[in-house]
Amino acid sequence: MTSMLSIRDLSVRYRRDGVAALKGVSLDVETGERLAIIGESGSGKSTLALAIAGLLPRGARVDGRIDWFLPASAGAKAPLSVLPDISPSRGEIGSSVAGALPATAQVGEGGDHSVISPLEREMSDRTEREAKDRQPSALATSHPLLGRDIGFVFQDPSSSLDPVMPVGTQIAEVARTHLGLNWQDAYAKTKTLLERVRLPNTEATLRAYPHQLSGGQKQRVAIAAAITAGPRLLIADEATSALDTIVQAEIVSLIRKLVAEDGMTLLFISHDIALAATLADRIAVLRHGELVELGGTDQVLDAPRHAYTRALLDAHLGLDAKPLLGRRGALA
Amino acid sequence: MSRLCRFFHTPEAIAGALILALLVMMALAAPLLFPGDPQAIAGPALLPPFQDWSLPLGTDRLGRDVLAELFHGARTSLAVGLAAAAAGLLIGAVVGTLAGFAGGLIDEVLMRITDAFQTVPSFLLALAFVSIVGPSLGVVVAAIALGAWTGPARVARAEVLSIRERDYVAGARVIGMHPLEIAFREVLPNALPPVLALASVIVAAAILTEAALSFLGLGDPNRVTWGGMIAEGRTVLRTAPFLSIVPGIALVLTVLGVYLASEGVVESTAVRRSLS
Amino acid sequence: MTRALALLRRRLVGSVFVLLIVVIGSFFLLEAAPGDAVDAYIVSTGGDAGMIELLRHRWGLDQSELTRLANYLWALLHLDLGQSVTFSRPIRDVILERLPTTLLLMGSATALSFGLGSALGIYAGARPGSFRDRFLSIGSLALYAVPGFWLGLVLIVIFAVDLRWLPIGGIEAIASGKTGLTRAADIATHLVLPVSALGFIYLALYLRMTRAGMAEAWRQDFVLAARARGLPRRRIVLAHVARNALLPLVTMLGLQSAQMLGGSVVIESVFAVPGLGRLAQEAVAGRDTPLLLGIILVSAVLVVVINLLVDLAYAILDPRVGASEANA
Repeated sequence: MTSMLSIRDLSVRYRRDGVAALKGVSLDVETGERLAIIGESGSGKSTLALAIAGLLPRGARVDGRIDWFLPASAGAKAPLSVLPDISPSRGEIGSSVAGALPATAQVGEGGDHSVISPLEREMSDRTEREAKDRQPSALATSHPLLGRDIGFVFQDPSSSLDPVMPVGTQIAEVARTHLGLNWQDAYAKTKTLLERVRLPNTEATLRAYPHQLSGGQKQRVAIAAAITAGPRLLIADEATSALDTIVQAEIVSLIRKLVAEDGMTLLFISHDIALAATLADRIAVLRHGELVELGGTDQVLDAPRHAYTRALLDAHLGLDAKPLLGRRGALA
Repeated sequence: MSRLCRFFHTPEAIAGALILALLVMMALAAPLLFPGDPQAIAGPALLPPFQDWSLPLGTDRLGRDVLAELFHGARTSLAVGLAAAAAGLLIGAVVGTLAGFAGGLIDEVLMRITDAFQTVPSFLLALAFVSIVGPSLGVVVAAIALGAWTGPARVARAEVLSIRERDYVAGARVIGMHPLEIAFREVLPNALPPVLALASVIVAAAILTEAALSFLGLGDPNRVTWGGMIAEGRTVLRTAPFLSIVPGIALVLTVLGVYLASEGVVESTAVRRSLS
Repeated sequence: MTRALALLRRRLVGSVFVLLIVVIGSFFLLEAAPGDAVDAYIVSTGGDAGMIELLRHRWGLDQSELTRLANYLWALLHLDLGQSVTFSRPIRDVILERLPTTLLLMGSATALSFGLGSALGIYAGARPGSFRDRFLSIGSLALYAVPGFWLGLVLIVIFAVDLRWLPIGGIEAIASGKTGLTRAADIATHLVLPVSALGFIYLALYLRMTRAGMAEAWRQDFVLAARARGLPRRRIVLAHVARNALLPLVTMLGLQSAQMLGGSVVIESVFAVPGLGRLAQEAVAGRDTPLLLGIILVSAVLVVVINLLVDLAYAILDPRVGASEANA
């Protein structure tokens, strides 16, 4: 198994309150594995996901390294004309080829937590282009592109979809962007994707608006949009936390199926260790921004090394805990 | 105090406050710097500006001192702007509170009346009112207020609707306070802040409306107004355009000052909220 | 479509009530005027006490207020607005003559202000905090502070007097006998300055609203999600952020129509455009209260109709309007 992603000593500090969201986190993500990142609120798990994806807000101070090891020619490479201007790697989180990073890198100025400054994207364009120039083409590493190499599923499907655009269009535009398709082909691809995520009434769903769908249906749409370009890595950031329990299980099973079918690497972020255990090969536990536990699922569940992990497991009083913990892997 | 300091953080707020301060000084200083009737003949007609230093901005068509008129006009604009805004806010707040608190039929009726006032263009209403009752300062203020109260009324009503469900209102009801008393002593003071946020917009609109009314000849004939000056200057537009242009600039600066200062207030309160 | 029609029906009923209040209110307002149409008539034409009595009786002005109100309302149902004192013609005819000009003026000004304003707002809002954003923000604030009539005069001084590119006023060259396209072109030339004066002020409003809407839209989660999907920036700005930002502006269009109608009074005065606004001024000058009442009524109806159309448009544009709760 080769490493897809190597994180070393990653620290993230948000400008507004100065509290460190992540402190010196180091871990590797193996290609093709399913890694769960567990933590309670404030543990930094979402920050880690955003940092990996390159979606941290303006004003986040990042230290450390994130190195990618993606095969250069793998995946659907979109023709230059539709390459997105936005790149997740803003030079600060660069590839190992672009040269050693300065240990501290400032992402930008001002802004509040959730504002994504288009201005900073401007800066990222330039840095991205410079970084590309510096890259010798021989080495098999390339910058991961959001949407194309990384698929991201957010927690709340109600707010992650544009309320005034039909869901079919929201998926199709991703296909157009990364696969270079025209609208007609993009919609055809969308229908295929909708069937894959088990939204069979494709004609009607294509034209439906988000508010006409249920939470579970919306999340399926979001997942479809995330996997449109065939990304290598799928990041699900609390993708089930906003859904009802039964729907949760359905979405988890859907994710498991898609990941297996497409051979994606999965990063599953959750606060629910038992739920994650049904899905993951390895579990990482974060607490107050620090990585306190990392190991195979079996090992972490049966013999957790850290007291906090043990506390998390004990605290899981759900009726499904025992069967889930026992059935892990049985739902493949 | 700290809010004042934050208020002056942005250059816009500082500029706005400066302009307003200048305006207030102009208004207050007018009778001191230019005693006597500003509409009296002060020199030869149509004297261009910067020629005679006793008449720095020249004279108008009838030989009146333009600078004196400018200063005295500031008094009118400021007085009307503030008075009309105050009246509009007051009426609106009362109507809105009554409607929101009483609910039911009273609410319906009051809201339909508000709709009616919003449907008729406020300038036409002011026009009709002034032309019927006769042009004088008080009438102009009332005419503008007639159109201005609907905005505050809606905002006040919306606020009251959310406030009246709160615990302290229920508490007041339990101890037997009369509904009207509850409405005006408990609810209205808490509903005021968003209503007052409209103040600057209303003041600015009032100043512009007064200018337009004066321009059309419906202002108080005994007072100097910037709108009236512009109308006067229109007759000699080809030969002495500055007579119309200068008062207009004064108007623009005044209204701009109001907007900038109010943006500063909004900024300072917003910043406070995001930091808390 | 059905939800739009249901909305329409509800609003129509409400509007009739509102208009009724407007009619009754205006009637009593104008009743408060010292002197009446007869006095105004006598002032200009002269006559003795006997004539005054006769006219009062002829015009029904000696009846009680309520009777006159009832008569007026009845006449309204037959679309009869009464007789104008200054023009000695049916008010309805006078108003209908002037109405198209004002509609043309307002429509063009709205198109200008909405189109250019929102475009500039999108341009500014695409990069919040940038130089162009701040420049347009301050600029629009300054523009919004400008009195319309003064802007009109300034435009006249620059373009009509100094540069002589455009005519000073009126709607077309008098008695030029032009027809068809040349006439249209002539009218268009005459309208450039008035439309600009009326439009630029509201342009500032739409610019600021769009800018604010864009800033609000940027903060939404679906923008982050769109970035996460790797969509190009241009697509995000235009297809997602701008579309969400522009929806509230559509509602604004309706609310602005009342203000713009008021604004047209001064603009038409400045440019001597023979429209409804100018007519109002003439009615005031001639103390023609029935005419003024008629104009107020027609304006109110106009505003109601425009608002209805705007709400209809909004219902069509925003898919969330009128939707029932999402199915489980």
